Parts: sequence; C-alpha cells; structure tokens
Amino acid sequence: MSLKVLVGCKRVIDYAVKIRVRPDKLGVVTDGIKHSMNPFDEIAIEEAVRLKEKNIVKEVIAVSCGPTQAQETIRTALAMGADRGIHVEVPAKEMEKLEPLHVSKILAKLAEKEQAELVIVGKQAIDDDTNATAQMTAGILNWPQATFASKIEKKDDFLEVIREIDGGLETIKVKLPAVVSADLRLNEPRYATLPNIMKAKKKKIEKMKPADLGVDTTPHFEVIEVTDPPAREAGIKVEDVDTLLLKLKEVGRI
Amino acid sequence: TTKRRQTDLKMLPGLCLGRTVRHLRVLGRAWKRWQPRLEGDSSACATLPFTMPKRYLVTSFDPSHGLTDEQIAIQKLAINFARNEMLPNMAIWDEKELFPVDTMRAAAALGFGAVYASEEFGGTGLSRLDASIIFEALSQGCTSTTAYISIHNMCAWMIDKFGNKSQREQWIPQLASMEKFASYCLTEPGAGSDAGSLSTTAKKVGEELILNGSKAFISGGGDTDVYLVMCRTGSEGPKGISCVLVEKGTPGLNFGTKEKKIGWNSQPTRMVIFEDCRVPVINIIGDEGQGFNIAMKGLNGGRINIASCSLGAAQASIEAAADHVKVRKQFGKPLSSFQNSQFRLAEMSTELVASRLLVRNAATALQDDHPDAVTLCSMAKYYATEKCFNIINEALQLHGGYGYLKDYSVQQYLRDSRVHMILEGTNEVMRILIARHILAD
Repeated sequence: MSLKVLVGCKRVIDYAVKIRVRPDKLGVVTDGIKHSMNPFDEIAIEEAVRLKEKNIVKEVIAVSCGPTQAQETIRTALAMGADRGIHVEVPAKEMEKLEPLHVSKILAKLAEKEQAELVIVGKQAIDDDTNATAQMTAGILNWPQATFASKIEKKDDFLEVIREIDGGLETIKVKLPAVVSADLRLNEPRYATLPNIMKAKKKKIEKMKPADLGVDTTPHFEVIEVTDPPAREAGIKVEDVDTLLLKLKEVGRI
Repeated sequence: TTKRRQTDLKMLPGLCLGRTVRHLRVLGRAWKRWQPRLEGDSSACATLPFTMPKRYLVTSFDPSHGLTDEQIAIQKLAINFARNEMLPNMAIWDEKELFPVDTMRAAAALGFGAVYASEEFGGTGLSRLDASIIFEALSQGCTSTTAYISIHNMCAWMIDKFGNKSQREQWIPQLASMEKFASYCLTEPGAGSDAGSLSTTAKKVGEELILNGSKAFISGGGDTDVYLVMCRTGSEGPKGISCVLVEKGTPGLNFGTKEKKIGWNSQPTRMVIFEDCRVPVINIIGDEGQGFNIAMKGLNGGRINIASCSLGAAQASIEAAADHVKVRKQFGKPLSSFQNSQFRLAEMSTELVASRLLVRNAATALQDDHPDAVTLCSMAKYYATEKCFNIINEALQLHGGYGYLKDYSVQQYLRDSRVHMILEGTNEVMRILIARHILAD
C-alpha cells in the first residue's frame, strides 16, 4: 500500500484553561497560557496512525501552521506515531489572523507536493470553531469530502465513512483521494509512550513558509471586537405551570 | 566548573541558582538578539538564535518552565495521564484502600515503570531530572499511588545498576512493565533511622541463604511480588549487610496484617516476616556486604522522587486554594482581596519554587555524579517535604471549613504528603547527613 496521508494538527489553547479576553478586546490572552494540540486533531492523528498499523496507509505526515511552538504540536504527533512532520512557519502575529482559507490552500498544496491521497483534519479547532478547513481543502483540490467522521473503513479503492449528522448517522462512500474530518467518536487517542517521545526527537520536521507554497496569507476579514458572553443573570421563580408557560411564551422560547 | 561547561545549556538553571537569564518574549515584540548574562562562566552560553522557542530558562511557579522540549513533552504525557486516569479515582482509592494495579500497569505501559533504569533490559533510560518531573506531575493525580510507583522505580533501578546480567535479564522486563511489583525492605521494628544496625539474618547454608527476621512498614508488602531485602550475611554494622531478592510465595516469607494509616491508603503497608525463609545464594544483588551501600544509593534517588511527589501535591493544593479564595466571599468581598490570603499564597508559592529548585538541582547533581550529590539530595528531601507539607496545610486553612471535608482533595494531599517527612530517611537523618558534610575536615 503506497497511500500517504497528510494530517493537519493545530496548536490551540488547552481545553482546560480559563479563557480571558485581552484588554484590547481584539482577541484572547495567549501569552504564557498552556497550549496543546487541538483535541479533534489528536483524533485525526490517531486515526491516521491506526490506518498505518492496519497497513492501509504507508506514511503519516503531520502538518502544522504556526510559530516555532507549533513544532511542539508536531512532536506530539510524531510521538503518537506519525512518520515525519512539516512545519509551515507563520509568525505569531500573523497566526492570529490566519484563516481556514489560507490553511486549506496550504494543505492542498502540500497534498499535491507530497502526493498524498488522504487528508485528515479535526472537524474544527476549539479556538475559532470555524469547521471550514476540511471542506475548503476538498474544494480547492476538487476531492470528495467526508466530514464529521465517526468511523472510517477502507474498501477497495474507496472509503466507507459513517458521519455524525443532526439526524443521526449517515454512511457514505468516498473515492480516493479524499478529505476527511474527524469527529469526537472516531476513536480515543492513545497516550504517547516515553520511548516514542524519545524516538520522535529523531524524526524529521521539514520547515517552510506559506510563500514557498505560493500561498498568500493576507487576511480577508478583520476581527472588530471580542467580548465575554453576558454574565449569567438570576432567574425568576414562578408560582405554577401556567405562569411558567406564559413566561416562556413571553421570551419567545415556545 | 568543568562539568558545568559540558552540561547541556538547558540544564544550567538547575545548577546556576544565582544567575539571571533574560528570556525572549515572542508575542507582540520585535525580534531581539537574546544574550544571556551569566556572572563569570560565559563560555558555556553562546548567543542563541533569535528564533529560539519561547522556553523559559528559569524555574518558576509553572512546573514546565526551565525544561527542554522533550521534558515538556514527557511532562505533558504525565500530566494528561494523571488528569485522566488518576485524579478521578484518587478519593476512592484512598477511601476503599485499593491498590490500583491496572492503572499502574497502564502507566508502566507508557514507560513509567522503570524510568531511570537503562534501556538495555527494558528500562526507559531517562535521567533523574526527567523522573522528578514525571513524579511531580503524576503526584497531582494521586500522591500516594505515585509514591508507590517511585518506590517500584527505585527497586528496578537497584537491580539494573547492581544486579548481574542474568538477574537484570530476568527481572527488569517484568518490573518495567509492572507485570511484577517490587518492595524495598530495609526498616525493621528495631532498626529505623539506625538502619545499619538491622538484624534480619541471612545464614549461608550450601547454595542457600536462610533468612530470619522481620521488616516493618513495607510499602506494597503482601501485594507485591519481588522483595529487595537488606539482611545481615556478615558481621555487625553496615558492611555485613547484603541485598537479597526474595520472591513472594517463597516458603517462610509471611506478612503481617495490613496497617491502618492516615494516608498512603492506595498502597498496602505490612510487616514482612522471614521464618527460615530459604533463598538461593544467587539472589544476592551485587556483592555480599554491598547491601547497605546499594540501599543508600537507591535512597538518594528515592529521596528526590519522594520530594517530587511532595512538589506535585503542593502545586495542586496551591492552585486549589487560589481558585477557592477567588470564589469564596465573606464580608462582601472574595477572600482573594484580603491581604492575609494574598500574603499566605505569596509565601506558599515562594516556598514551592524554592523547593522545586532544590529538588531539580539535586536530581541534576545525582545524574551528573556531583561530589555533593548525597548532601544535595538530603537537602532537597528535607526542605521540599517539610515546606510542601506546610504549603498544603496552609492551603487547607485557606479553604476554611471546606478544607476539612473529604469532598475536597486538599485534605488527601495533606494526609498523603505527611509521611514524606518520615520515610526514605527521616528529615532528622537528612540533617545528620548534611551536617556530616559541612563539618567534615
């Protein structure tokens, strides 16, 4: 099997951190804050490594766009079993404004360059929740897409993917090459082992800039304001069910 | 000083306590050439490239500062494991006195079973500092269980370092994977701090040793499979002691009732009793008469490990206390606005960072075979275990009445860390060792 799979992994603020809005209200505080790999990307890496263990895939390449610290994220992927990494260097200030469209163009170019037949990414990043990269990448490459995957099975020259959708589960077939986005229940990512963390040090991480791939990272939109959600207010007590229904109708809930 | 020049740049802060290092802030600033200022020894530090990752070369309140990228990855693994696999269970393990064999084996599968034993027979081959970081992180999940894991690690190292090829071949793989669990048997009812006076005898008869005597306070005793027993094969004093490996199930090996303790409840503690227990002579680890030496060398590392466990418990407790005082309101204000709470937390954090510096310094000293290693390990052990216990005690006070309830974890960290001031050499014995060094001619 000569299938190469490209996996995108993003360095985001750790899910357990209490987020604070920056004083300039243009973003959140990231300085000195704990970061880790986007949880959905961990699931994507895990799936790619499992495909390799089943001999469905030959090589797993982990890609991350970001400042130097993105290499930590790639090393985590390598420790989980990815074979090599690609670090697309984007300075921190630019990273704040990097959009799914830019990332998709980068991933598309890399998929072509590496002749990968499968691109797996997490369904969304937990910082911007855009849920757009997988879809845009597929669009740019003109490949089929299987998003919100909760199960992937290879059959001959296509993938059978079970997707989690609003109404339940949908099973689709996508021909390779394809783009897949990983949903929560696709798998449970493994812990890297200490020996694998040590081995990951020796695995190669190639460095490049978006310009090297012919991708322009000029932002297309501007964040005007970032604010906290409104503080939770006290509720009211009602005497009986009729009043409850009345109140709910008043606020347009029913 | 020669050794310092060769030491990895990133390890420097562990040794250079009085040195200041300016670090580069990546976000929001123009790139600047980063030049470390070191008094005196500038040959060890070259100018680092300006794309240096934002790694702080100082030890701070955040335990990940001052570590290499690899150590940060190792620490992240340990933190995640502690957070997911241990923290949700620490209260139950304490209440029901469960020895969490499956969880420990899961940890061993990741390489936590024989962290600093060599890779030759299945150890993970990491450094003492790596081990300290690991135990500090795991301890936040469950201090008692982590302490046992560290004891198991100590035993694995002793066999790896002093055992012969066939002993290492036989035992290291089983201990590294925690297929078998180990216990360290030195203390006796009549020989605690005066360990050299131990009286468990091992009389040589043909190709066997016949052991008679008893060991007290043995962690894991009765549930573990392999016992490293320091016993008397020769004459009085430390030089007559050998280290003998005894397997559970050997006739004549018995155990006392499980002790009822105020903490460390996720590990059973029992007396280990030898009644004409016959063990093959080939089970001696190292040379005859080397046992005390092996035991003490094991304890140097054990002391760093136990101190690291205290660090983790203290870290978790300070964070819990800080969270609590931000939320708890009295007299119309959160407790965090009262100067008393602020000052207490300030003092607690200062002692935590000081303890951490001492512990990591000792770990590096031991790894590098520094001439003062034993003294530094003793300093780190007594200082960190004492200060951290006080930190946790203060943290409990900051919780008010809630701190006394088992719903809150600070009381468990307190109960679990109290014994660290006593075992692996009492803090009083640590002072003896340090004074000996200072007063030596």
